[in-house]
Amino acid sequence: MFRAVVRLSTSGVRSLARTRPCFSAPLASRCYSHAKVETDEEFDARWVTYFSKPDIDAWELKKGMNTLIGYDLVPEPKILDSALRACRRLNDLASAIRILEAVKDKSGPHKDIYPYLIQELQPTLTELGISTPEDLGMDKL
Amino acid sequence: MWNGSNAIGVMRRASLAQMLHLTIGRVGCFLSRRAVVALTNSGVRMSSHGHQEVSDKVDMSQPMYSDRLDTPLPDRPWKDVLDSTDKSLKQKEKGPWTALSKEEKIALYRLKFNHTYPEMKRPSHEWKTVIGGMFIFFGITGLVVFWQGHYVYPPQPPTFGEEWQAKQIQRMLDMRVNPIEGFSAQWDYKNKQWK
Repeated sequence: MFRAVVRLSTSGVRSLARTRPCFSAPLASRCYSHAKVETDEEFDARWVTYFSKPDIDAWELKKGMNTLIGYDLVPEPKILDSALRACRRLNDLASAIRILEAVKDKSGPHKDIYPYLIQELQPTLTELGISTPEDLGMDKL
Repeated sequence: MWNGSNAIGVMRRASLAQMLHLTIGRVGCFLSRRAVVALTNSGVRMSSHGHQEVSDKVDMSQPMYSDRLDTPLPDRPWKDVLDSTDKSLKQKEKGPWTALSKEEKIALYRLKFNHTYPEMKRPSHEWKTVIGGMFIFFGITGLVVFWQGHYVYPPQPPTFGEEWQAKQIQRMLDMRVNPIEGFSAQWDYKNKQWK
């Protein structure tokens, strides 16, 4: 058993770091799929590029946002910045406010995420003239 | 009670219209007629007329609006038909948004969306209906069980009587049932009492 562990470690720390942590069982074939796992940076970059398309249309914005909200994560400020600018190109203020509401809802019980996002997005919000739902009094019933 | 419902069970292959006719004709009582109408598939009767059963037609082939937490941007804006004030507001939206007042921004939001997220997540009073309905059904069931116990159950066997039970216990003790760990082991034979 120990020889198998040594073999696993000598096969390269690099490959171990890339693949998900698996049991140090005698059978290396028990590891997870060998598909390439996208890093967080790659994910963010992909979505920023998606929303940065200069001639993005309303459908693509809708599809992108609905898909992004479907993921089990709160999008990074740079993705939201890109999406808000896409709303500006589409002359759609309502969707911009809706996006802010949606990410606040995505944060769930973690009440500190949304203020952080607003803080990071503040320059963009002021530049584009997007009011937050709180500014408009729409965060109350 | 319902002669009509027995007929439906038997004549499953006959057409519904024929059955309706037969049962209504045979049993003239109001209750059975209502029961038959309730039991027949209203869709079958409606389709023979060839018109829509709902008065407000919803074209399901067009994009539809929905207020969903997981779908922030629905397929269609809330207000499709814009009057002149809305149209002029939409024109203003094409310019810098810093020029819009708060009321205009709210108006633009309300044009595109029906409920805000807090409005979507507002609590409802449905739970009271659910709990209340539950208790009502428990109550009805309790009444049925009580009625059953009074009118349906046969008289209790004689073996349940006090005297019979006493004699039964005495017999068990005389037989020395489970004398080591069980029944008779709990009886103090010397002092004629339970331990």
